[in-house]
Amino acid sequence: MRAHLIRRVLQSGLVLLVVGFVAFSMFRFVGDPVDNMLGPERTQADIARLRTDLGLDRPIPVQYARYLAQAVQGNLGVSYRLGRPVADILAERAPATLELAAVSGLLALVGGVALGVLTAIRRGGIATGVLMTLSLVGVSLPTFLIGIGLIYVFAICLGWLPSFGRGDTVQIGGWTTGLLTASGRRALILPALTLGLYQMTLIMRLVRSQMLEVLSHDHIRFARARGLPEWRVLFRHALQNALVPVITVAGLQLGSIIAFAIVTETVFQWPGLGLMFINAIRFVDIPVMAAYLMLISAMFVAINLLVDLLYLFIDPRLRPAQQRSGG
Amino acid sequence: MSVGPVLSLRDVSVSVPGRGARGARALAVDRVSVDIAAGEVLGIVGESGAGKSLLASAVTGLLPPRAGLSGGEVWIAGARVDHLPEARLRRLRGRVVGTVFQDPLGALNPLMTIGAQLAETIAVHLPLSRSAARQRAAEALAEVGIPAPADRLGCYPHELSGGMRQRVGIALALCAAPALLIADEPTTALDVSVQAQILALLKRLCRDRGMAVMLITHDMGVIAETADRIAVLYAGRLVETGPVRDVLDTPCHPYTDGLVAAVPRIDGRPGRLAQIPGAMPPPGARPAGCAFHPRCALARDRCRKDPAPEVAAAGGRAACWFPCRSLPARTDP
Repeated sequence: MRAHLIRRVLQSGLVLLVVGFVAFSMFRFVGDPVDNMLGPERTQADIARLRTDLGLDRPIPVQYARYLAQAVQGNLGVSYRLGRPVADILAERAPATLELAAVSGLLALVGGVALGVLTAIRRGGIATGVLMTLSLVGVSLPTFLIGIGLIYVFAICLGWLPSFGRGDTVQIGGWTTGLLTASGRRALILPALTLGLYQMTLIMRLVRSQMLEVLSHDHIRFARARGLPEWRVLFRHALQNALVPVITVAGLQLGSIIAFAIVTETVFQWPGLGLMFINAIRFVDIPVMAAYLMLISAMFVAINLLVDLLYLFIDPRLRPAQQRSGG
Repeated sequence: MSVGPVLSLRDVSVSVPGRGARGARALAVDRVSVDIAAGEVLGIVGESGAGKSLLASAVTGLLPPRAGLSGGEVWIAGARVDHLPEARLRRLRGRVVGTVFQDPLGALNPLMTIGAQLAETIAVHLPLSRSAARQRAAEALAEVGIPAPADRLGCYPHELSGGMRQRVGIALALCAAPALLIADEPTTALDVSVQAQILALLKRLCRDRGMAVMLITHDMGVIAETADRIAVLYAGRLVETGPVRDVLDTPCHPYTDGLVAAVPRIDGRPGRLAQIPGAMPPPGARPAGCAFHPRCALARDRCRKDPAPEVAAAGGRAACWFPCRSLPARTDP
């Protein structure tokens, strides 16, 4: 058990290293930050000096190693564009993205599981047909189209909800939250829906197919034959078994919710990490880009690790054997 | 308990969708009548698809989604149950009628300890506290011959051997002391040596508790070892029934005769096994007259035209125009 845990953590660390290196290697194709940083009055000597100062004249592996050595000490560098420490910028932007991702993730998970169970139980019903058709739309429409559509209907035509920004926020410690103000909550609805809809339909379809599969198993027949009430058969015995594979997908989806927030944040001008990343690309702000990519991959890896551990917790068959009985 | 049979099936028919998109419904079980008394094991034999499991499922109304009870009456302990609403039927399941399935690993929830599965079943049927239910769960395991039952409560199904799992399955079926136990191929998935243990256990429980047992199998050896009476199903119809010794010694229906002859014997001389030629027709494709006639060596014109009549046979009844035992006296009308 402990060996398994250590192995998984080491693997995760390795994945992070590789992802970071690949990201670093690609930055050279984004453009030259020096062009942006110096004005039109620059000389060749200025450029060379700045490149040396920033360490950009070194080979990529060396740059990467230096970056990592600094990052481990908590120094993520200084933004080329804003001239401020990247760590500060991240801390400032992260709450907006994390709140958005958490709300959409919760929406996707709760809505997806509930609708999945419903459509599995009421298999031939009209509501099921409608939901399954709608879910196809949800799965196949690109996120930005959903966002623009929602803005058109609820912000422009109906005027119920704001179409951009985060509304009023409240500062709690180092965390700015929009959840405590009415306008903050109103501003969150459309982006959260946009971001969560795809994941919700995906989870719904997965839960449904898993439920249908589990409901045909012998242990469900046996649970009924033992006289257990139907709700217990459905929610204790069927749903629990159906959720095992759903956890993997839901975990990965949670990671991609944070990553896909780029598109949603752009559509809604949501002041989070995604918007920060888009702006950083435009300016070839390598320290910000690097920090963002490392942060996202760290989250992905952490979520995956968590899912793996959750598996052990939920499915006893994956745990190392403790005892066996003959007979 | 009343004096009459614990379970009484009267002309029970089960229909299933016919083949093809708009096929008419076909009878997979066709007017079957059997009784089981308290303390008696009735063995139901037949090939796969003969309707054995459907007949068993019909008792507690747990038929597969597209199958339906299309006729007949089901009486349990003197009360008619076949058109009770689902909620009332559910109260029979586990409490009055226990069920044991073929595959003990598949029948148990892999994510719950056997103690939790026992406790939840007990809690549904008996008004016990949590600790009393757990106590009762350990007793239930002890009754089916599981050593160190209290320690086993924390085990998951995959941690037990096949025989132990089937014992757990039986304990689960019996934890509310039902009057009738339906065992649907309870030993098919087990090793031969374990089979004998499980059959002995079922027989002991049947005798000790005065429980009626419906034992479904395709294995004549299992029937010979365990059952008191036998009912042979062919193509959804009851072709022969009677006390097990009488039927096995002097089978009257040619199909029963074929089944008995097809059992390999260890003490017999090596040679070709007796076979019944052909295959059983599926529901909806059954021939006119006696359904067995295309495979019957003794079939005559009459068998092809008219359904077989019920006749008295070795201590029971058989459905045949020309039962084997009356061979010498047979004359075509």
